[in-house]
Amino acid sequence: MAQPVPVGAGPATATGQGNNSNPAMQPVAPTRRGTELWMLAFAAALVTGALTLVSVNQKQELTIQVLWYGLAFFAVFTIAHLAVRKLAPYADPLILPCVALLHGVGLVMIYRIDLAKTEQAIAKAREYSASAPKQVMWTGISLVLFLAVLWVVKNHRVLAKYGYTAGLVGLVALAMPALLPSSISEVNGAKVWLKLGVFNIQPGEFAKILLMVFFASFLVSKRDLFMVAGRRFLGLELPRARDLGPILVAWGVAIAVLVFEKDLGTSLLIFGIVLAMLYVATERAAWVVIGLTLFIGGALLAFSMFTHVQQRVANWLTPMDKVVYARDGGSYQIAQGLFGLGSGGMAGTGLGAGRPDIVPEAKTDFITAAIGEELGFIGLAAILLVYMLLAMRGLRSAVAVRDSFGKLLGGGLSFAIVMQVFVVVGGVTALIPMTGITAPFLSYGGSSLLANYILIALLLRISDAARRPQTGSRPRPVQQAPLGEASTVMVERPT
Amino acid sequence: MQLTRAGFLVLLWLFVVAALRIVRSDLYAASGLKVGIPGFRRDKSGKARGKAPRQLVVTHGALAGTRISLDGRPIMIGRADDSTLVMDDDYASTRHARISLRGTDWYVEDLGSTNGTYLDRAKVTAPMRVPLGVPIRIGKTVIELRS
Repeated sequence: MAQPVPVGAGPATATGQGNNSNPAMQPVAPTRRGTELWMLAFAAALVTGALTLVSVNQKQELTIQVLWYGLAFFAVFTIAHLAVRKLAPYADPLILPCVALLHGVGLVMIYRIDLAKTEQAIAKAREYSASAPKQVMWTGISLVLFLAVLWVVKNHRVLAKYGYTAGLVGLVALAMPALLPSSISEVNGAKVWLKLGVFNIQPGEFAKILLMVFFASFLVSKRDLFMVAGRRFLGLELPRARDLGPILVAWGVAIAVLVFEKDLGTSLLIFGIVLAMLYVATERAAWVVIGLTLFIGGALLAFSMFTHVQQRVANWLTPMDKVVYARDGGSYQIAQGLFGLGSGGMAGTGLGAGRPDIVPEAKTDFITAAIGEELGFIGLAAILLVYMLLAMRGLRSAVAVRDSFGKLLGGGLSFAIVMQVFVVVGGVTALIPMTGITAPFLSYGGSSLLANYILIALLLRISDAARRPQTGSRPRPVQQAPLGEASTVMVERPT
Repeated sequence: MQLTRAGFLVLLWLFVVAALRIVRSDLYAASGLKVGIPGFRRDKSGKARGKAPRQLVVTHGALAGTRISLDGRPIMIGRADDSTLVMDDDYASTRHARISLRGTDWYVEDLGSTNGTYLDRAKVTAPMRVPLGVPIRIGKTVIELRS
């Protein structure tokens, strides 16, 4: 290998202008905003098609109205697109279209279930308030919030400075429903709500993002502590006992959420995210082993202490058992979801032609069962792939971004999407016990939608930083070689 | 009825395929690399081109795995937010080092850092030429140039 040579001895040549002759030069990095617009149009066309199919199959009269809805949907995402074009021009071109498709399919599905429920309500002479208009309203609010986050957070590194504040606010938001009286915070047995008259929000959804910001900034500043090796055991380098603090705290928070708010999903999600970020920061398998051990311990503890956890496990293991099926809080819901997926089969019943309304909570937790019924395995697989693409683009941005905080936050945010999808789809398909969590962008629910749009705005911000061509910092005076040492350059006579 | 059902599923998958095509075309755009896609290799300008450093790779440290394409502009390294490679290393200075192109070679120079910059084992005092694959050490981070 060649020895490093100081300048004086080497063939020093003129600087500055010579740069342009570099063969690897790629002067203008493509922003790919045009691609994004095309994919958004494609997504809007798909959503319009889905709405048309639902209208036809539900024997609604097909009017030009459907086209207007489709155009309105496209217009909304065009606003988001224009904002990205202005505020984060180098952001990843696939993130927004994937979100648009998932959100659109979710809206169509909610509308479709509304139709069926309204029919039922009319048959029983009852009132039914439709969910689709509310979800459209939430869409508007989330879009405003999305734009606001993109506008306020001009550089994701700024967030690192508010790490501890974010952590504190996140913890308070997480704990708030548990401390407030049940009349304000309890819906269907889960104490995770904040009822503010018209609006019901779940502070936990937002706490998740704040805690990720905190953990990313905490790990960046204290990373070295977690890398210190303790003793070796079974080929694993265990960390020192005193460094176990943060993961024990995360475990305690997860258990507290489970005990006081009876919310398995959030508890699982928070612990999973902390574990993933710790692993990303340290690259040490020991942390995963420790985390999984703690998780198994916590799961066994919860199982032995709480009847509702025992019930969930029974619903998962024996959903078709007669006793389990029939009892209150039994496996009726999961079994109906499985029946729905089964009757959908490979290619599905067709949009609007199935009976997804039979499954309780088909709009929220079980929306993937409704999609699986009407679009079949082929359609559900495509939807899951879109989620995967979304997370993949996020992780890719995290790999490409040039600062540790961005890497950790991007990794955490992307992992949060995957984790949510895994927990909810795993629950619906009876791979893991059902925990009651929403499918990002698909499910009905304002808080989840708002929080996930904030998440996407941050991810776009990080991907913008990752793909933005590096400007060589502030313009510094170019150091010219002294005149005596400068080489002579042949210049062609201009013709 | 059956036709529309199948048609919608086909369209849904077309979306996924279109997205994957974008991922493919984007695979090397983000890192600025143009070579490496099989079937797209057009190396007409001879062998000398293959020897020129095209990217800077972080091989050890917190940012390990990060690649920065070399496009002729200088690479600033340090803790400052506007550096090309932002370090969170306790041993790195705000403006630690600069790697810049002079003629056809890349040179590393130390910008008066506290803990120094090392090229292979030698401490960088004056600007030094960086051959391909020779490690540059800054704090706990090691980077090298690759073609």
